[in-house]
This record gives sequence, structure tokens and C-alpha cells, in this order.
Amino acid sequence: MMPAAQPAQSCFHPTSALDYIPRPELERLQLQRLRAIVARAYERVPLFQSRLKDRGLVPDDIRSLSDVAKLPFMVKADLRDTYPFGLFASPMQEIVRLHASSGTTGKPIVVAYTNADVDVWSSVMARSFAACGLHEGDIVQNAYGYGLFTGGLGAHYGAERLGATVIPVSVGNTDRQLMLLSDFGATAICCTPTYFLHLIDRASVLGIDLRKLPLRAGVFGAEPWTEAMRRRIEEDTRIKAYDIYGLSEIIGPGVGVECACQAGLHIFEDHFCVEIVEPETGRLLPEGEEGELVLTTLSKQAMPLIRYRTRDITALVREPCECGRTIRRIRRIARRADDMLIIRGINVFPSQVETVLLELEGTLPHYQIILTRERGLDQMEVQVEVTSEVFSDTVGALEALEKKLADAMERVLQIRVQVTLVEPRTIQRSEGKAKRVIDRRQS
Amino acid sequence: MKITQLSIFVENKPGRLAAPCRALAEAGINIRALSLADTQRYGILRMIVSDPGTAQKVLEQAGFMVKATEVVAVEVPDRPGGLAQILAALENTSINIEFMYAFPFGRGENAVLIFRFDNPDAAIKQLQAAGVSMIMRKEL
Repeated sequence: MMPAAQPAQSCFHPTSALDYIPRPELERLQLQRLRAIVARAYERVPLFQSRLKDRGLVPDDIRSLSDVAKLPFMVKADLRDTYPFGLFASPMQEIVRLHASSGTTGKPIVVAYTNADVDVWSSVMARSFAACGLHEGDIVQNAYGYGLFTGGLGAHYGAERLGATVIPVSVGNTDRQLMLLSDFGATAICCTPTYFLHLIDRASVLGIDLRKLPLRAGVFGAEPWTEAMRRRIEEDTRIKAYDIYGLSEIIGPGVGVECACQAGLHIFEDHFCVEIVEPETGRLLPEGEEGELVLTTLSKQAMPLIRYRTRDITALVREPCECGRTIRRIRRIARRADDMLIIRGINVFPSQVETVLLELEGTLPHYQIILTRERGLDQMEVQVEVTSEVFSDTVGALEALEKKLADAMERVLQIRVQVTLVEPRTIQRSEGKAKRVIDRRQS
Repeated sequence: MKITQLSIFVENKPGRLAAPCRALAEAGINIRALSLADTQRYGILRMIVSDPGTAQKVLEQAGFMVKATEVVAVEVPDRPGGLAQILAALENTSINIEFMYAFPFGRGENAVLIFRFDNPDAAIKQLQAAGVSMIMRKEL
């Protein structure tokens, strides 16, 4: 057993061994797994087989890693079109778990795991926690939702695999979360970054000083969040806030994670093959250029996804990481292609609004974008909750604040925005992924 | 002299004013004076209350954004020219009044004026020199 108290920085955890595999060895392993997964999907998934046949391809055409670019893409619609089990490559007797996405539009998407898949998932999650400096002896409060959502069980199995103590509190019941955080002395928490901000807020109302608790790390994911939001979390609580990336279609959380350097997310390339493509054309982009992340599951048995278009916009980082890991990094995902709003013909991302709010002193990012259409013209309103830092007893000061925010947003977004201050805690809090946009533009 | 004023952010929606007043009533806190500065979308409710420390806690727990600021309370006779006399004392100084409001005091013979000055200390000195009667917190 390792001692409970050791420096989080630069400690090497045995579970992370594969993160440091020499590149040539990694690429050999990737090619071997790629050939096997393509053969498996070809044999067992009719949709994949017919698409390969349409292109005159057979699995044996994959002879090198770069041959992956010959293969057709898979997209989210493929999962919907084959709902519920059409992409499964294992018989139900071998499938031990199903998860499903929240499905905001119509049917959810369903994903499946064999025992071997759950094992891989647990191991990449354990490696993720290790990269965030966690180890045996840590107490992990798992505030991701348990259930069909992959966050809860994914983090749970990973933390147990690492040898940490898990508090499976799930999301919600904020006052109880804070009581457990104080009483059980969790050293790490995982949840969505939005929910953690909600916990910070509530703690200050209840007079709980998070800085005085043993909590030292947060592993935050399931939605894009900004560097400014990280600074705010780290300053308010003195914990280290790490970004973790994943999506149900690929495996759940644990596709990639930050290390102590907090400079991009290492992708567990022994299980996931990374490409960056131009979103409009699907053209493969050179390393370092920004585009859409495309992932191939190299070891998933129950539901292999080949060249899956994630809709997440990022870039591969060219330089090796100071932590010594050989698995490559992607830049933090600030936006999803699907989040893009088109307002009066201009592309707007909610993350841009968030960055402006955070950069102007003292404004916590509780905000909501409301889109309406007046006489055929799109109107964008940003409602922002007043905070004690900015509240003043003179009307002039509040009006000046609204104007300052509106002007800064106009500079960044290139459109005029109506900024409205609203009472604290009146914007609905999310326990999972934040609902940032209300679009009432139905014409 | 300086007394504590509480300011509350309220959205301009029906019923929003009732909630803070109810919270104070339930805590047994008396509102001595109040003024509402409003814009189209929100307002600032400014109050002088019997126990500002407790009132702030009660309001924050009820979910309101509350700010405590120091204002200057001045007593004037409740008759024509009362306010003019005060303002005369501040004429030809660089002291600016950010806002003010008034309420009757005592048996109705006097009025209390609440001032928010940009430079309260200078204002107090000026008013004292002019012989204006200041109000201490305990008198309210």
C-alpha cells in the first residue's frame, strides 16, 4: 500500500503505466487493435458492413494506422436510426450493462458494455483519477448522476479500481452534499463544473468554508467549461480543478483527462484513436489544427464505433507534455459544433458569453441566454444574476454594469446584446449539464 | 451621524416587494424608513430598520442580495425651509448627494433626512459646523 499523504504533483501511480508507453509500441498496439475492431464490426454490425461494401473496402484493407482515414464516419444519427440495439456487436447474453443518453430530442441513444468493456472503462477512469493526483487513501465524493447517464457509474468504478474510497452520493440534494463533504472529509469530488459552482454558492449561504475542508481536487466534466471558470473555482475553494472528457457513445467519462500540468487533456490512445477533421468536409487536418474530434474505439466489444464524429471542436497538441506521458493531448473543449447559435446570421457560442462574464471582475457565471424574434429580427438577451461583488445601492452603478457587460459582449460577439440583471438564485440551477440557452424564436 | 442602510435588489415584477417585507416582519424587525429607486426592469429597495445586523442575515437567508452601506441621518424641523437650510450648508462645497429620502420622526414635529454622500465625513463636518442636528442610530 502507498502512504495516504504524498505529493499530488509528479507522483507516478502504477495504474498509469500505459500512459508512458513508447510511441512505436503504442502505435503497434493501436494498429493491432484497429484491425481487430474493424473486423469485428464488419462481421457483426450490418450498417458498418454495408458501408464498407459501398466503398469497395474489406477489413484487410486496413494495413497501417493512416488507413483509418479510408473508413466511413459514424454520426449520432446512426445511433438513433438503429435504436435501440442495431449497432451492438455482442449478443445480449454477453452484454452486462446498458446506458442511455438524456435524449433531448426524441429517442435516447443506447450504449452497451460487455464485462471486458466495463473492465476497460474502469481502467481508463482509474488512470484518469491517477492523472489528477488521486491514489489509495483518497475519499472521492461522486456527485455525478447515477443511472442511465454514464457519469456516475463510470467515476464510481474508476475510483474503486484506483483503490480510493467512494461516496456514491449522486447528484442533487445540495445541502446533504455539503454536509457529507464536511463530515466525511472527501479529498476529491467529481461532478459537472456547473453543479460544483452551485455547491460553492450554497456553501457560502450556509456559512461553510470549503477552503477549510480536506478537499483538494475536483474532477469536472460532462460539459464544456472555460479556463476562466477554472480560475474562479480554484480561487474560491483552493482546490485543483481538472477537466475530464468523455462521451457515452465512446465509453463514458475517461476518454481523456488533464494531468497535473493542466495543459490539455491526455487521450487514452491505447483504447481510443484520435483524428481531427474539418467539420464541413470531413477532411483530415494536420496535427495542431483546430477541427472536429473524431474517435475510434479500439477495444470496445459490445458497441465498436469507428471514426465517430463527436461534434466537439478541439485540436491535437503537438508538443510532448511536461508530465512525461507519451499519449497525446487535445486542447480543452470550449465548444461543441452543436452548441453554435446563429443569431442574425452571426455564429455565437454560449462559451463566449461566459468568458466575457468571467473576465469582468466579480461576476459568477450564473447566466442564461434568451433568444426571441421581434418583427423578424433575432434578439439576444443575457440574464445575469447580481452578486454581492457587483451589487450597489445606486441605480447608476447597476446601469453602468449592464452597459459594461453589454459593450464587452458586443465586442466579442459582434451583435448587440441586452444584458439584464436578475435576483440571485432565480436562474434555474442545473444538477447535470447546464441549460444555458432558451430559444423562443419559433417563427 | 452615520447609520446603516440596507439595500436590496428586487426585480420589477408583481409581488417582489412583499417578500422582503414579509421576511422582516416574521423576524420582528421594524422598518423605520424606506425608499425605492426603480428602473424599468429592477429596483433598489433602501431601508432603515430597527436591527440592521439581524435584518441582513434574515434577508440573505431568504435569498436576497443585500448590501449594508453607511448613510447620514439628519434631523430637521418639519416645516417649510427645513431641507433648504441643510442644502445651504452644503452649497459651495464639492460634496455630492447621491440620493436622499425623508421620513417623519418623533411626534411629527421633526423629520429625518437620509443622505448618501460621495464623501460622508466631509459632509458631516460641514453640517455640524452649520449647527444641523444629527441623528444617532440608537435614537431611531
